Amino acid sequence: MNAAPKIAVRGLKKSFGNKVVLDGVDLDVGVGESVVVIGGSGTGKSVTIKCIMGLMEPDSGSIKIDGEEVTGLPRSAREKLMQKFGMLFQGSALFDSLRVWQNVAFGLIQGRGMDAAEAKDVAIKTLGAVGLGPEVGELWPAELSGGMQKRVALARAIAAKPEIIIFDEPTTGLDPIMGDVINDLIVKCVRDLGATALSITHDMASAHKIADRIAMIHKGKIIWQGAAQTIDKSGNPYVDQFIHGRADGPIQMEIRAL
Amino acid sequence: MDFLASIGRVVIGFFTATGRLTLFTVVSVSHCFRPPIYYRLIGRQLLDIGYYSLPVVGLTAIFIGMVLALQLHTGFNRITGGESAIAQVVVLGMTRELGPVIAGLMVAGRIGAAIAAEVGTMRVTDQIDALSTLSTNPYKYLVVPRIVAGLVALPVLVLVADIIGVFGGFLVASYKFGFNPSSYLQNTADFLRADDVVSGLIKSSVFGFLIALMGCYHGYQSRGGAQGVGAATTHAVVSASVLILMFDYILSALLFSS
Repeated sequence: MNAAPKIAVRGLKKSFGNKVVLDGVDLDVGVGESVVVIGGSGTGKSVTIKCIMGLMEPDSGSIKIDGEEVTGLPRSAREKLMQKFGMLFQGSALFDSLRVWQNVAFGLIQGRGMDAAEAKDVAIKTLGAVGLGPEVGELWPAELSGGMQKRVALARAIAAKPEIIIFDEPTTGLDPIMGDVINDLIVKCVRDLGATALSITHDMASAHKIADRIAMIHKGKIIWQGAAQTIDKSGNPYVDQFIHGRADGPIQMEIRAL
Repeated sequence: MDFLASIGRVVIGFFTATGRLTLFTVVSVSHCFRPPIYYRLIGRQLLDIGYYSLPVVGLTAIFIGMVLALQLHTGFNRITGGESAIAQVVVLGMTRELGPVIAGLMVAGRIGAAIAAEVGTMRVTDQIDALSTLSTNPYKYLVVPRIVAGLVALPVLVLVADIIGVFGGFLVASYKFGFNPSSYLQNTADFLRADDVVSGLIKSSVFGFLIALMGCYHGYQSRGGAQGVGAATTHAVVSASVLILMFDYILSALLFSS
């Protein structure tokens, strides 16, 4: 990878009160690459992507998108930068006051000023790309199952053809089959758009499927990263424990006696 | 030392909250004057805050006007010639004081709670973050329409409440106590001055602003699921109601000082 990375994170730190969540995260995501960050609950995965998306200000450290520093960016510049991004939220985060097609077209209409009729065509087309018919567009988000909501959220994230797509636990809360459907859709969409993808998950099946490269975060630091195929032979006891889902190992949950 | 620490904690907490609210208010108001302005959302909020509050405000106003006439009649019986002042006191009380305050409190309960619950739910389900990732400023999209609608809708509601309240007093005075209807109305019209009504409308505009602001602020700050949203709703209604009564005094002192 000789080109400058699409996303470059250096020394990212963030604490809440006395609790250190990020303790110097370094992470690169190359152009067109799909990186998956794995790690247990509360290890700082979500905070990392929130900092990258500007939803949270880090205490210190640097985040560069296309070589440009984006920490402390003023609001208007941040809004412009967001046009490069699409994000799939863990809970889908669909706007429940808007119909499905309006959700999908939201970024096109509000963010880019496309007119509603044109945006609706794009929205219906995008819904088709995630396997949903045009009739779904007229429904309300509350009328959909979890898996369908996730697909609509995916359609919303990719509708404006972003350069970078962020996936926050894309398969959490779905049955294994629907999870796999979402994984396939993610792989297909990222490939079709030629986008750069950064995902966080603790679902290893998902990580294997969508990652070019996997990084493991533990206690606010990236402790291992490498090509997705090599993770089974990482030789790192933390990684081994995590991918095999064992309770005993170097990662200890603090459980107190009753 | 524990005692001092707890005082310190309270003081710091107070100033943090005050600072946060001030910042929220300044940012919200400044966005009211900067494009893009979402006129359609303002229209929808006007409908919600203004039109759909008409029944409840109208019902309260008619009973307040009626009870006012009833109480004044029994109370003024003790003063010779006091009875003739009922028309004047009803119209003055309604336009200057009861119309704005009662309408304000009713709308605080109806709308302040609804705003806090809606914005709060959007916050805890990441919908507000999703707005940001779709290049849409949540202040402009959520807060500004509600504040503008509050500022505009409340005076109109109060004008209606004034009329209905005076009519309620008229009904009781003429049908229950046998006042001459035409001279009651004549007394009312002769006594009423434009500035009585205008001062009430100015107050109500401020109340509308406070209701929308408190709803948005508490909703925006809500954390932690259903319980957080519930707390935000309570805080929004309580703080709006207290502020309405507080500003009612301050504004009365300012408007009627001469």
